Amino acid sequence: MEILDILISASFWAAAVRIASPLIFATLGELICERAGVLNLGIEGIMVVGAFAGWMAVYSGADLWVGVGVAMAAGMLFGLLHAILSVPFGLSQHVVGLGITLLATASTYFAYRVALPQVTNPPRIEAFKELPIPVLSDIPIVGQALFAQTPLTYLAFVTAAVVAFVLYRTPLGLAVRAVGENPHSVEAQGLSVTALRMGAVVVGSGLMGVGGAFLTMSAFNSFFFEMVNGRGWICIALVVFGAWKPGKALLGALLFAAFDAMQIRLQQTSLGADIPYQIFLMMPYLLSILALVVMSRRAEVPAALMVPFNRGER
Amino acid sequence: MRLEPVADPGWSRTLGLPALALGGTVAIAMALALVAGSNPLAVLGLIVKGAVGSKFALLETLNRATPLIFTGLAVAVAFRAKLWNIGAEAQLYMGALLAVVLGTGLLPLPAALLLPILMLAAIAGGALMLLGPAFLKTRLGVDEVVTTLLLNFVMILFVSMLLEGPLKDPMGMGWPKSERLVAEARLPRIVDGLRLHWGFGLALICALLVWVMQTRTTLGYEIRAVGLNQRAAAFAGIPVTKVVIKTALISGGLAGLAGFSEVAGLKGSLTLDLSPGFGYTGIIVAMLALLNPLGVVVSALFVAGVFVGADSMSRAAAVPTYIADILLATALLLMVLAIMLTRFRVVRG
Repeated sequence: MEILDILISASFWAAAVRIASPLIFATLGELICERAGVLNLGIEGIMVVGAFAGWMAVYSGADLWVGVGVAMAAGMLFGLLHAILSVPFGLSQHVVGLGITLLATASTYFAYRVALPQVTNPPRIEAFKELPIPVLSDIPIVGQALFAQTPLTYLAFVTAAVVAFVLYRTPLGLAVRAVGENPHSVEAQGLSVTALRMGAVVVGSGLMGVGGAFLTMSAFNSFFFEMVNGRGWICIALVVFGAWKPGKALLGALLFAAFDAMQIRLQQTSLGADIPYQIFLMMPYLLSILALVVMSRRAEVPAALMVPFNRGER
Repeated sequence: MRLEPVADPGWSRTLGLPALALGGTVAIAMALALVAGSNPLAVLGLIVKGAVGSKFALLETLNRATPLIFTGLAVAVAFRAKLWNIGAEAQLYMGALLAVVLGTGLLPLPAALLLPILMLAAIAGGALMLLGPAFLKTRLGVDEVVTTLLLNFVMILFVSMLLEGPLKDPMGMGWPKSERLVAEARLPRIVDGLRLHWGFGLALICALLVWVMQTRTTLGYEIRAVGLNQRAAAFAGIPVTKVVIKTALISGGLAGLAGFSEVAGLKGSLTLDLSPGFGYTGIIVAMLALLNPLGVVVSALFVAGVFVGADSMSRAAAVPTYIADILLATALLLMVLAIMLTRFRVVRG
């Protein structure tokens, strides 16, 4: 069986972890926003901005890690705009989010054309290289899948652990979770709902920016239009699939990426000769919809998600 | 800070704030032109001239506005009921697809019969495309934002598959392109010699019908009630689920008509670039019109003008055409902010 051959190949699992990495960053970012009560539909555009900003910084001579920082800052900037409009002003999170996605995407394309007016083939950069971890990377299959990746992939896993720790083991995390469940109780404690929500959106958007930067700095090594290609929307589905929990969201991203890596490989087999390639490419999107349907019954949605908070109002 | 309702917003507030939003948008456009190294006033002038400066420009703007009126109406109807249909793009392609399947020679009928059949097919296709997400929302509580968004990607791949397979034009020189519609399936021009087809007239009629539906019928009232407060609507005896499904059928159908009108009126065949995001732009059109169906016509003309004007401008000046999308996104965000501030004032503390 060809599927079996794929499943026992180390390169398949390594690809799955690589495909999962940008999704892990962005899903965690969205999760933080939603845990605080704000649906961030700016995610798709913020990933585009991050992808461009990180790549452009490195192309202009910056260090790779500086590039990651620039991508994060760019994501945070658009996140701040989202936060101002959706939190203190309480505008519709759907409209603001879609507006931010459009604004961020268009600004990126505009900046790209202004910065590189005559370019038809986007230049490549010297991107992150695989950094095998001694000993661990020698373990068959698991070692190659998990411990022979680029530093940004390791950072994705570390970020998941940090987000989980902060959300569940610190007073700050408790406050963020509470503000997404019952903002009035948070205000009664003397904490600022506005500051907590805005902070969550800004930080979450920063992670989305890094997720986008992974694409240009650790996967394709170049920037082109449409490269995010709905990954942001998939991350929103992954947050639901992960029931708003960092650990489950991480597993969801890995599972999703494994299916994605599988469909890419199946295209090369005899199956791919008989079935149009578009069917394979549809799989990630259909799978996300299926995941939403399966999980929708059990999901514990943050109670105050999408409910604006205005002080003094009950 | 906190927001306090304004009991009686005066004229200065209800007109001044939106005007300020538009002014801010123009200011940002000028700043962008400056960033790109061009004279801001000249760029603005080129955009306006490119949009309405000649008969050709004006017709181009009207043609571009046509699909935007349909998708804008689709979004306006759905958003009114708080049904977040972000899938007008997919619904548009479904409408276009059915028009092409039935209109390339399958039905040997005169135009008087064929055109209504294609229209109904496009409406049904678009409606069906949104019916799935609407059922998932009402039955299982699955968020329709994500499902409709993801279906856009699925649909474009589906169209691509058909255009490279069963629908491929054998005379298309290898391009993924469908056969051309037969002459009886083409929408005629409104005035002979002028490049403007009846899709535009159809769009205006639809805007009027949606306006009548929203302001003069029970369904319109029910849609508004469901949008304002679902629980209260249910308590008042309104069948919320039914209303949401009906809304979805109308919304999807309107977006499907956009696809029909583009294929039968303008392009004549189906390609993968039939819509440069008309479904998504419909959201801006609808929001700028404050979800008012007649306002949608005006805002679609404005949005189309910005796109057509920016296209023409970018051929003359070194400012990328994406300035149009930035402008519209800015206008959208500033406008919703301005509208909110007409009803609330910001107070300290």
